[in-house]
Amino acid sequence: MTESREQNVTGVFELENVSVTYGSEVAIAGVSMHIPPRAVTALIGPSGCGKSTLLRCLNRMNDEIGSAKVRGRITLDGADIYAKEMDPVELRTRVGQVFQKPNPFPMTIYDNVAYGPRTQGTRRRSELDEVVERSLKRAALWGEVKKDLKKHAFELSGGQQQRLCIARALATQPEVVLMDEPASSLDPISTQQVEDTIAELKEYVTIVIVTHNMQQAARISDLTAFMLRESMEEPAQLVEVGETRVMFTNPGDKRTEAYITGRFG
Amino acid sequence: MSRRIRQARLTQTLAVAITGAAAAFIVTAALFLLGYILVRGLPAMSWEFISQPPRGQMKAGGILPSIIGTLALTSGTAAFALPVGVAAGIYLSEYAPRGRMTRIIRLAISNMAGVPSIVYGLFGLALFVILFSFGTSILAGALTLACLTLPVIITATEEALRQIPSDLRQASLALGATRWRTIYRVVLPAAAPGIVTGSILGLARAAGETAPILFTAAVYYKRQLPTSIFDDVMVLPYHIYILATQVTGRPDDIIWGTALILVGGVTAGSVIAATWRSLQRKKVRW
Repeated sequence: MTESREQNVTGVFELENVSVTYGSEVAIAGVSMHIPPRAVTALIGPSGCGKSTLLRCLNRMNDEIGSAKVRGRITLDGADIYAKEMDPVELRTRVGQVFQKPNPFPMTIYDNVAYGPRTQGTRRRSELDEVVERSLKRAALWGEVKKDLKKHAFELSGGQQQRLCIARALATQPEVVLMDEPASSLDPISTQQVEDTIAELKEYVTIVIVTHNMQQAARISDLTAFMLRESMEEPAQLVEVGETRVMFTNPGDKRTEAYITGRFG
Repeated sequence: MSRRIRQARLTQTLAVAITGAAAAFIVTAALFLLGYILVRGLPAMSWEFISQPPRGQMKAGGILPSIIGTLALTSGTAAFALPVGVAAGIYLSEYAPRGRMTRIIRLAISNMAGVPSIVYGLFGLALFVILFSFGTSILAGALTLACLTLPVIITATEEALRQIPSDLRQASLALGATRWRTIYRVVLPAAAPGIVTGSILGLARAAGETAPILFTAAVYYKRQLPTSIFDDVMVLPYHIYILATQVTGRPDDIIWGTALILVGGVTAGSVIAATWRSLQRKKVRW
């Protein structure tokens, strides 16, 4: 990825000394990193190391949990997302999220994908049709569902539901899509399909994915960030971040190496 | 077989027998109750019985004013209790911060549910009939019954909303929807079956209440049908009471006939709610 290309595209996150506290407990401390656009950045680390918490900082979903407090500075395309004039509701149309378990709404496939655009005020049928088709195509689900868009979303298989959730997130035309272990509840074939989808998606959006599956991180990500909470008394920290290829073949930190080679976690 | 296992088996058999007997008793009691009302009430059924006002010192004729009165009161109760109850349920489940104030609200609601219905009657008399000068009227009665039904509807709404997985709320918020839009477009539709069933059960109970309307809406005898919400009305439960205690020399079957109409109406409401709910269940499932 060249510098000039990076300047023209949106969806760049910059984290400076980010920490998160729940009440008096410091969950994450001092995370600084650059998340490049149109690439897949994986957050890896053992359970409870703050990966998901850090992810939820990026679309301010932590705001919905009363006691969480985020310090430091997080910018999206140069703008501080925790600034007063930044509306979290608007931010979330630019930074979508796909959850661990497929969570389609109890409505038709079409209405699921159209939910975001309708929320933003799109009413024209032709416009909605277009965005639904494009989003489903990008999520690699169009071929399987184009004949039954009026079908209830719960009639889809788990893997299809998850790709529907990806399509739903894409429909607001976000710059970034956050994924919190999106394949952890899926069977291997569905997992493969979701991974393939992710690989194609990075053409359009920045992807930040939390995974505890290291093979998955190695397969799909361009950049890997390794997080670790060394003991319950200490907050979780970012151990290192680098190109996935390098991280998995020649990690800079002993702890990364130990984790990747399966000595703990 | 060891002694311990033999004993465990015996206990198990006993447990099945005792719990099963209790269940069988309930079914028998319900069937007997409904069957008895049916057998005693059916002879009174005629077109005149449901389409005419009483005549001959209420010993003959029909019960139309009471049917209309109960329908009017129950609709009025629904009109007041449903919007307030559902809104309060939404607030408690979706917005209320966890704290002292919320605990106090919850405590107030469960206390409301525990107040005897005659006390609601007195309260309605003091507040709606006298203070607000609504008089003995459909309006005063409906407001009193609404107070009685509110805790049921609030609790049903809150319970139904809590059943909705938080995943769905998160998904909607993450798509840039406000909390209200999330509630209105995702959570409420999914919870609607539970809310409707709970509410209809609450309203059915209100339809059969006598004490709260004794001082606030009910009238002993009135041939004319109500024309405004400020009219007092005859109502089925009160009419049963009057027939049973105040009218001498009346044929017994008109009491049971009136009871049959009341129970039939309430049962019809519950059956409609249950059917609608199971239809919704087929559409919505997690």
